[in-house]
Amino acid sequence: MHAVRLQRLTKDFRRGFWRPRPHRALDGVTLDVDPGDVIGYLGPNGSGKTTTFKLLTQLIFPTAGTAEVLGRPAGDVETRRRIGFLPENPYFYDNLTAEELLRYFAGLFGCDGREARRRASTVLDRVGIGDERGTHLRKYSKGMLQRVGIAQALVNDPEVLFLDEPMSGLDPLGRRDVRNLLLSLRDEGRTLFFSSHILTDAEAVCSHVAILDKGKLIAGGRIADLGLKVRGWELVVTDISQSRVDALASTDNVTHVSDGRYVIELPPDRPPEQVVSELAECGARILSLNPTHETLEEFLVHQVGLKQEEQRV
Amino acid sequence: MSAVAKIAVHVFRDSVRDKVLYNLVLFAVLMISASYLIGQLTAGQDIKIIKDLGLTATSVFGLFIAIFIGVGLVSREVRRRSIYTILSKPVRRHEVILGKYVGLVLTLAVNLAIMTAAVYAVLGYMSLTESEEFKRGWEAPATDPAMLVAFLLILVQLMLVTAIALFFSTFSSPMLAAVMTGALYVAGHFNADLRSVHEFVDSAVVGALATGVSYVLPDLAAFNVTAQVVHAQPVGLAYVVAICGHALAYIGVLLVGAMSVFSRRDFV
Repeated sequence: MHAVRLQRLTKDFRRGFWRPRPHRALDGVTLDVDPGDVIGYLGPNGSGKTTTFKLLTQLIFPTAGTAEVLGRPAGDVETRRRIGFLPENPYFYDNLTAEELLRYFAGLFGCDGREARRRASTVLDRVGIGDERGTHLRKYSKGMLQRVGIAQALVNDPEVLFLDEPMSGLDPLGRRDVRNLLLSLRDEGRTLFFSSHILTDAEAVCSHVAILDKGKLIAGGRIADLGLKVRGWELVVTDISQSRVDALASTDNVTHVSDGRYVIELPPDRPPEQVVSELAECGARILSLNPTHETLEEFLVHQVGLKQEEQRV
Repeated sequence: MSAVAKIAVHVFRDSVRDKVLYNLVLFAVLMISASYLIGQLTAGQDIKIIKDLGLTATSVFGLFIAIFIGVGLVSREVRRRSIYTILSKPVRRHEVILGKYVGLVLTLAVNLAIMTAAVYAVLGYMSLTESEEFKRGWEAPATDPAMLVAFLLILVQLMLVTAIALFFSTFSSPMLAAVMTGALYVAGHFNADLRSVHEFVDSAVVGALATGVSYVLPDLAAFNVTAQVVHAQPVGLAYVVAICGHALAYIGVLLVGAMSVFSRRDFV
């Protein structure tokens, strides 16, 4: 059984007031997600990511095709008991506190008063909302509302989580916390299906990606199998003589970082072992040696660019 | 507790913390209190003025609450996208509509109870301060329990207005829903006039159209028994039951319509 299965999923919206014309927001998307996978749903603005999330939670109905979650139709009440959903830029009730809101949502999953309180407290702890949980939500910052949004998605201990831009509106520390939270949810064996514009975060968390453009799925699969190009090697050294630096700079890209540390970028066809041993012989100290790959962002830009090129031809 | 009850309690909790609601209730209570002063300006009609103004203020401010909160119940949630999180929970869409309706009726009932208490407090004060000789001129006691019938019918009428507001808010903006609800409220007060249009127009088509419209519109003027209550005329139980039945049937149709629209709607 797949955690999520989309089959030729299509959604048209009508645009215009007097003479509405159909606009295809999602075009025959077919995608399988296995239990425990962490899939990054990526693509430029307007590519159909949010439309997919809305179809998976039945906020909108498909024009054609099907969406299944945990072997049942998406949007089925029993399916919704087993999923969590964070919409993009979530908004909640100004006059409620975070704790009241979470208790309310837990209640909608059938929890009685004591259990609802326990669950609210547990998930608020998990997303790092402390003493502020008794404050009205109208006084919350965007980042705190995002945390409350994630908390409400976790209140039913879901098997599958749909997160639409979970990093949106967060400062660097908040992003780190959410990234760590996603990693811990992944380690618990939950299926995570999330969209993000911050591709470095997606790259750090995802096992799989699916790339959308103009409503169509244009690439996807395990990140390891995407064929991200190897760019070469990045070598960080210190205690290196100026003459040696000058010699290296004639063939490679050398950058002085600070306090006598240098970053040397080696092309993929140059064996790093040779350079490392030469430097070691000259008394330089090797601090690190890492391969450099094409980033997910570059891959996405490349794929979308290719698709646009194909359409122009 | 069912999902409907949980949503209703949530709507009640959210509504009673709304500052707009506080202001409306406070203003209504002030109006009711001011009716005592206005009553002093009249010769021997003070008790009737207080009852009349008290019931009217309750009805008007109840109407504001019903429309302003009623039209926002669904459309505001859609506009602010808070509906997304609700509908992703194991709740059926018709339960959301029913829960919201019951929650707002609960809010209205509590506010109406406060306004009723304010009217009775003013009347009770009158009863305590006026002389026995003066009181003998009154058609009915100041704190006449028969007034509760008028308050009950105001509540039922507001339940109907709330259902209209909720129905419109399932498919239009808050402003448009408020305008349409207000228009229907006004038109509903001329229902009896519409029914008699055929008697004084030459066109049979216009007459039939007016009669047809009168059957579609709710008869909101029928809920106003202020004149009878103020003048100590009895309001028959059969009348109250019939008018409540009319309202419940209308509310039922509106809620089914609202649930039907809401269940099919795409939340884009």
